[in-house]
Amino acid sequence: MRIKTIFLIIFAFSLLIAACTPKTSPVDAQSLTIMTHDSFAISESLIAEFEAEHGVKVIFVRGGDAGTTLNQAILTKQNPVADVFFGLDNTFLTRALSEELFMAYESPLLEQIPAAFKIDPDNYALPVDYGDVCINYDKTYFSAHNLPVPTTLEALTEPQYATLLVVENPATSSPGLSFLMATIAHFGEDGYLEYWSALKENGVVVVSNWETAYYTNFSGSTGQGPQPMVVSYGSSPAAEVIFAETLLDESPTGSIIGPDTCFRQIEFVGILKNSSNPELAKTFVDFMLSVPFQEDIPMQMFVFPVNPHADLPQAFLDHVDYPEQPASLPPELIDAQRETWINAWIEVVLD
Amino acid sequence: MSTKKFLLRKWLGHPVARSLLLWLLPAAFLGYFFYQPLLALFNLVLSGSATSGQGLNLGTLNPSRMIWRPLSFTAGQAGLSTLLTLIIGLPAAWLFTYFTFPGKKFFKTLTTLPFILPTVVVAAGFNTLLGPRGWINLGLMAYFNLTAPPIQFLNTFGAILLAHVFYNTTIIIRVVSNAWSQQNIRLQHAAQVLGASPWRTFIEVTLPQLRPAIFAATFLVFLFNFTSFGVILMLGGPQFATLEVEIYIQALHLLNLPLASVLSILQLLCTLLITVGHNWVSGLGKVSPTSTARRIVPRKPDKLMERLVLFVIITSLTILLVAPLTSLALRSFVKLEPTRGERSEFERGLTLQFYRELAVNRRGDLFFVPPITAARNSFLFAFITIGITLTLGVLVAYAQKNGAILNKILDPLLMLPLGASAITLGLGFIIIFNHPPFSTWRFPILIPVAHSLVALPFIVRNLSPALKNISPSLHNAARALGASPLRVWREVDLPLLAPSFLVSAIFGLTISLGEFGASTFLVRPDYPTLPVAIYRYISQPGALNYGQALAMSTILMVVCAFGIFIIERLQKPEKDIF
Repeated sequence: MRIKTIFLIIFAFSLLIAACTPKTSPVDAQSLTIMTHDSFAISESLIAEFEAEHGVKVIFVRGGDAGTTLNQAILTKQNPVADVFFGLDNTFLTRALSEELFMAYESPLLEQIPAAFKIDPDNYALPVDYGDVCINYDKTYFSAHNLPVPTTLEALTEPQYATLLVVENPATSSPGLSFLMATIAHFGEDGYLEYWSALKENGVVVVSNWETAYYTNFSGSTGQGPQPMVVSYGSSPAAEVIFAETLLDESPTGSIIGPDTCFRQIEFVGILKNSSNPELAKTFVDFMLSVPFQEDIPMQMFVFPVNPHADLPQAFLDHVDYPEQPASLPPELIDAQRETWINAWIEVVLD
Repeated sequence: MSTKKFLLRKWLGHPVARSLLLWLLPAAFLGYFFYQPLLALFNLVLSGSATSGQGLNLGTLNPSRMIWRPLSFTAGQAGLSTLLTLIIGLPAAWLFTYFTFPGKKFFKTLTTLPFILPTVVVAAGFNTLLGPRGWINLGLMAYFNLTAPPIQFLNTFGAILLAHVFYNTTIIIRVVSNAWSQQNIRLQHAAQVLGASPWRTFIEVTLPQLRPAIFAATFLVFLFNFTSFGVILMLGGPQFATLEVEIYIQALHLLNLPLASVLSILQLLCTLLITVGHNWVSGLGKVSPTSTARRIVPRKPDKLMERLVLFVIITSLTILLVAPLTSLALRSFVKLEPTRGERSEFERGLTLQFYRELAVNRRGDLFFVPPITAARNSFLFAFITIGITLTLGVLVAYAQKNGAILNKILDPLLMLPLGASAITLGLGFIIIFNHPPFSTWRFPILIPVAHSLVALPFIVRNLSPALKNISPSLHNAARALGASPLRVWREVDLPLLAPSFLVSAIFGLTISLGEFGASTFLVRPDYPTLPVAIYRYISQPGALNYGQALAMSTILMVVCAFGIFIIERLQKPEKDIF
């Protein structure tokens, strides 16, 4: 009877697999758990060094995007599952602080970090890296059409740039929200909606997420879509070179770095309250602010170190344009107004 | 025999008691792994004890925009999508039931593959075919000398419908053709002998017999469309929002968990309502078993008309389901680097670069996982899922054979996981299972458990009708001849159920291989499944990342086809036992 044996085999197989799956190993002398989002990355060798030096096993738990991870930290705050939380950005900072997730820690390394990044004066959340959400443009399109690359937000409403820009819906995409906030920083809470209706009239294309915008609509990357301008990251031109199919000496894309065209995101780390090992957690935070980790950041996460002593990799020096005047908004204002802004934006742009 | 033993046996002999006993394990599983985390989340969030004082504040709720509009859109698109899926799926089910043709098995496997692909990849696949620079638009532009792409596909309502048909046709094909091929063909013969036309035979004999299967498949497809998320977001674009999309926005982008919970509860209530409605219409438990079965033996199409119809069905399935897959797989072998300075000239060439790069950890990333490891993880989780769901599915199917009242209550509770959004379930898991013995991040068994919750309704909807179709007279005969209950099960039920087991195992496999939402919450960074690995690549800029995402998707399709191949090999070629 073959069918019977088959199912016996399947059951036995699944039992075997279940039995083989690794279990919790309580024998770890010391372990430190870092809760972070799924864009977090680090070099294997670097973390091995840290583990050897401090005799500790570092466990990373990555659960979804930045919003998901913060939700997890909030929901488990009575009963924390990690010691350190990394990946909080300035748009969620106030919310995280008002939930009182962290304990304050004045790291000695904070001295090295410019004041502009230290947004939380009480040091519950310590800055680790920053990145800019910028408009990327397709260099070839603009040179082939003899079109000047726009340098201001205002220019995007000119007829010559009609239907050339794709943006993400701020309700479903974090770069989309950042770009909306750049326009709010520039035009003020009274003026941004007017600007957006002008953009809409000029045929701005809205999609739901970064992946669609960048790989389907944007003409500068591998998707070769119809729009030569996209809301993406300041580091994307460098990524285009690093992840090119063939060796490139120039990036096919660039960033528009006019006044307020880029929105600055700063990412923070915090030690979770009730951490079972706060001393070790502090050591890890110091490690994140120190030069070796800071220099590892660009190639792993495509954002920039806050510690000015850290050197940037060559690709970032060659292919990234840095905005002189990035837009920013106070975190308290973002926290209070985020929903209102998004809803107003939806009514103007989508309805 | 002591009185106690006698009473026990008598009690066990009672159908309701027996069904209660059979429900025990599945109900415990659901209660522990589904209702417990879900209720804990709702309780924590709505009472406001999780978030500092932020309980439910309905002040920000705009009922017309956040509830009524998404709800009516959700129901409307789900209904229309389901109808279209039936129109494509039913003729295909007929085809796979009645006919053989060269490459039939392979073709049937191909029609299953869309089901497992992550939406972000499907969107890319449709784009390479129908996007503004897709093959079709480029071809039309070149042929008719147009300056703009003639087909506007992305971000339309049509894209949503097409993608839903693409995803779910396999459900109709598998569920309906499984039931169809097990029909008792003698009834049809009898009708024809009595002078009924083939059409009348179909309407009055075949269709009523197929009704439970068609209803079940329609129900499953409808619920899948009802909770659709990725398709709406990525192919429909920002102007469309289902309830699931609203839940996602509220939970992850506005961090308004109380409102997200209210919307989740609303979605669960809708699911409950749909299930109860379905059970009422389909008459759960009202199948008239037939005593002798002579099954349909697939044959070659002989008449010209038959061949023509077959040709039409196969062509439309190829266009709808296979073409986007092929276009996607092809793209993973094609290099599209523009030569510098001339963007219109693309240096197209075949390449294996994307596949080679998958195995290279260029940046020394701690979380790098080679594709073979991701494939192994996916397979492991899939086979555990099959094990769990078949065990529980069989128990539920037997429980549903009798004890009607109990089933009316318990069956909808079993279907509810189909209406739970991955976000709420994932967050619930994290609240409940964050300490031994079940720790979300350290004990990967929770991943197949989450997959099983979604797969179980499929397995039950497949096994239960098949079991009810087994005539009690077969059991009675076997018993009368002195067979023990176990032997009756082994030699009567098991062979008759084998085809349904097969379909169930395939659903378990495909649901587990393709699941993305809950997996992202539960997967440990060093244990990614294939869809999670695909997402890692496509969420970064650069031609290489995009190519590697498509290469990984192609690997996912091959892995799935291989899995289906193994499962199908396990079944002996059909033989007529009676």
